[in-house]
Amino acid sequence: MFPIRIRDLRYSPNGHAVLDGIDLELGGEGITLIMGPNGAGKSMLLRVLCGLVEPCGGNIDWGSGARPARGVMMVFQHPMMLRASVLANVALGLKPLRVTASKRRQQALAILDRIGLAHRADDSARQLSGGEQQRLALARAWLTRPRLLLLDEPTASLDPSASAEVERIIREIRTDGTRILMVTHNLGQATRMGDDIVFLSAGKVREHTLTQRFFARPQSVEARLFIQGELPWRMGF
Amino acid sequence: MFTSTFVDALGLLATFDARVGEIVWLSLQVSGGAVLLGTLIGLPLGACLAVGRFPGKQAASILVNGMMGLPSVVVGVVVYLFLSRSGPLGEFGLLYTPSAMVIAQTLLVVPLMAAISRQVIEDVWQRYAEELQVMCFSWWQSVTTLLYDCRHSLMVAVLAGLGRAMSEVGAVMIVGGNIDRSTRVMTTTIALETSKGDLPLAIALGMVLILIILALNALAFFVRRWAMRHYD
Repeated sequence: MFPIRIRDLRYSPNGHAVLDGIDLELGGEGITLIMGPNGAGKSMLLRVLCGLVEPCGGNIDWGSGARPARGVMMVFQHPMMLRASVLANVALGLKPLRVTASKRRQQALAILDRIGLAHRADDSARQLSGGEQQRLALARAWLTRPRLLLLDEPTASLDPSASAEVERIIREIRTDGTRILMVTHNLGQATRMGDDIVFLSAGKVREHTLTQRFFARPQSVEARLFIQGELPWRMGF
Repeated sequence: MFTSTFVDALGLLATFDARVGEIVWLSLQVSGGAVLLGTLIGLPLGACLAVGRFPGKQAASILVNGMMGLPSVVVGVVVYLFLSRSGPLGEFGLLYTPSAMVIAQTLLVVPLMAAISRQVIEDVWQRYAEELQVMCFSWWQSVTTLLYDCRHSLMVAVLAGLGRAMSEVGAVMIVGGNIDRSTRVMTTTIALETSKGDLPLAIALGMVLILIILALNALAFFVRRWAMRHYD
């Protein structure tokens, strides 16, 4: 599947360019963070990569040809929780993989243990806190052993301790061999988590560089202003 | 006259009149069977209409919605034509049997249950569609997952179907024939006994009918409340 080569990727519904010629290459390891101001096209890039949105133009080379039917998973900012137990919600990820019910249960319990929610396996998933629900969603995706995991602001509405727990799980998933592409606005999280950073603005990649370098010497004006906490669109970009 | 009719009706219920019991039991069997079939057909049909992407989906939804108000006598006549000796299903000899009544009531409740379940599931589908798609759920897996997730809300559809089936009189009268000890159910008995002037039996059966529907609604209310506390 890797390296994934994205060339001149475009998405412009109603004539408005959300993705305006994205060029990007993703290697097989690590955590890449996608950053940028609101409306930069970060979430849309993830949605195109996981096949939810058909691009208007450009090309994604998945290494071995077409986009693989499985192996790419996405966790949303507000994950879906069925009106069912925590265990059932985690095991749901295995439903399309034709895994027997007993194996589903066994694997789901094992992964719940790794994310620290085994003791709540029989509780209703909807009664979990926001942080616990996000951990559950990560576990559901992790259970399917994806090659590429797309995370859309997984800690956006979480307190610091819940965020720290989610970050720990993301690192563990990465150690397990999954390539991670994550959208975040949190600069602190970016320095803690990211191996490299893709900075988007107005649907274009302005910068793709190592995390330390990005924060030490941002190359684009937009990135510099973003790091300084300014909003580029207010600065006339 | 008015008071004595009610007193007599209560007397019939208090003495557990065998005739009343027989009619109530047959009504429950017929309507229960129709609602069971309606659940098996109508709920998945509603879910398919909510989830599916196919040409004519809108027309199908409008058709199902429109059929909610299908006059029961029209259904009765159509089923009668199919099941009568010269009809395409005449050889099965179902006319004037409880099975014919189940078929007619099923045809009445399926559109109602499908339309309600389509609405319930469509709302949830809008929130779940992308995640299920990312998890590579097939169309049918999505349908079964949504039916499971909406199971408590779908009780409304089942109850609506049960209400329609139990209160229906036209279709069962035509295809059942209202034969004593064979196809006589509560609604047809009420209609017959009222026309004969035997009001106590009609009132007694009316009371039972209302009690059954109220009890089932109360049960559904408490199950839903428990489910909302437990799962929402």
